[in-house]
Amino acid sequence: MSPRGTKPLRPDLALIADHIPAGASVLDVGCGDGELLAALIAKGCEARGMELDPHDVAECVGRGLSVIQGDADVDLAFYPDRSLDYAVLSQTLQTTKRPDLVLDELLRVGRKAIVSFPNFAHWRVRLSLLWNGRMPVTRLLPVAWYETPNIHHLTIADFRAHLAERGIRVEQAWFLKGDRQIGAAAANFRAEHAVFLLSR
Amino acid sequence: MASAPLLAQTRVLTLADPLPLDGGQRLEDVRVAYETYGTLDADKSNAILICHALTGDQHVASPHPITGKPGWWVRMVGPGKPIDTDRHFVICANVLGSCLGSTGPASDAPDGKPWGMRFPVITIRDMVRAQVALLDALGIESLHAVVGGSMGGMQALSFAANFPGRCKAALVIASTARHSAQNIAFHEVGRQAIMADPAWREGDYYGHGKGPEKGLAVARMAAHITYISEAGLTEKFGRNLQDRDAKTFGFDADFQVESYLRYQGLSFTDRFDANSYLYITRAMDYFDLAEEHGGRLADAFADCTARFCLVSFDTDWLYPTAESRLIAHALNAAGCPVSFMELSAPFGHDSFLLDIPALDRVVAGFLG
Repeated sequence: MSPRGTKPLRPDLALIADHIPAGASVLDVGCGDGELLAALIAKGCEARGMELDPHDVAECVGRGLSVIQGDADVDLAFYPDRSLDYAVLSQTLQTTKRPDLVLDELLRVGRKAIVSFPNFAHWRVRLSLLWNGRMPVTRLLPVAWYETPNIHHLTIADFRAHLAERGIRVEQAWFLKGDRQIGAAAANFRAEHAVFLLSR
Repeated sequence: MASAPLLAQTRVLTLADPLPLDGGQRLEDVRVAYETYGTLDADKSNAILICHALTGDQHVASPHPITGKPGWWVRMVGPGKPIDTDRHFVICANVLGSCLGSTGPASDAPDGKPWGMRFPVITIRDMVRAQVALLDALGIESLHAVVGGSMGGMQALSFAANFPGRCKAALVIASTARHSAQNIAFHEVGRQAIMADPAWREGDYYGHGKGPEKGLAVARMAAHITYISEAGLTEKFGRNLQDRDAKTFGFDADFQVESYLRYQGLSFTDRFDANSYLYITRAMDYFDLAEEHGGRLADAFADCTARFCLVSFDTDWLYPTAESRLIAHALNAAGCPVSFMELSAPFGHDSFLLDIPALDRVVAGFLG
């Protein structure tokens, strides 16, 4: 195990941490071992987390973070309306049972929502499906179809269409290839990863 | 972890002022027996109050004076342990109504005779008032943390809700914000067992032999079942027979589990007062933190500034995870920083007293 604090933040999390201003109240839904929470607290945010995996929750609390063991599909219901500046859902949307409802909940409890997800329309994924005719196993989607937690794969184009349908405003969007940010041009083809800042 | 017994001496504080009770009475000359471990900082900011469970006592990390057994949380409290007495000043007081030095039904009433059933019915909040009076006497304005499992967790919740500003953190393990019908039902079985014992004498058994030992033992046996998971009992005893090769076709303790429960019941009567058992179980049954605050649990925490951590165990059917989750959601609604997790442990409710390394990490991490 590498010593804590020396590991650089995952690229999408670094991006999210950069764009949340100091002092903001944040709920990180699916906070994992608390990487983003720790970064947010270090910059003076009031950050809390929700995580399904009990080992990750114990790890977070062991680090002094405030984290609730809970399920994004169910437990967001217990947070009051607009009780947070930001509700963050990083790399978790595609694992929820009802991503549409979770998105609604994020925008109910948070004044803004930040959502990141792997883009299923990245050219490598398309190529893999086209040539091999098999569900892709790539760097960002490393788990085979039968054991992947990702039960609702989506593309950047899918997400944009859904937001438009629901009247959700995109305040900003960032696209990543590896740990590099890339432009919005042909992002649905070129980006492995997308991060959206949303409001209603 | 090395476990040399800590040196701690029970001290007894007699409260200068009468203690106001939820039942409306004021109790004079209340005594609070307590132990402390570690050293209080110059600015009195490193104190941790540990609240004990139903049949617990102030001997959190020192040998029990009657049984000689190690302190009930010696694996958690001590130098270098999750509740680190090298850094924190740990206080543990015998609760009001109990029988190890604090005022309870076995204590003398103003007329010089034991209170017995004349002792006023008390609540969890009354116990907390006595703890706060102790902190006042020690000059501690604000605790680093208040910590408790089971009934200790109820006190920790009540402390944080009713005395906001007097603790910076509350750690609540295997507990609940209200007693359920099932919880009350099990306690009622215990109380009726005590009261059905002729030796109980309407609570007036002091100075008349050994008291309602049989009833108290049955009460303890019934309660003990609720502290263990079904799987835990099966793993420990199964259908194994006790020191015999075949069933006796009689009512001896044929099964190991019977023998174990009988032992648990009998050994309990050596160290606990039956009337205290009645009063403390009543206090637990009366506990409903939401009811105290207009029926909405979140309102109980409206003025809280403390951090909270709630831990439940997946095999605890006495205070199941749903109860802790309810508290976590109420704290969230009140805007309090809260952590909550369900730990996996095979032992049921009693897991909080047993060897669960994940709990150690959480406790150490949360208390800092």
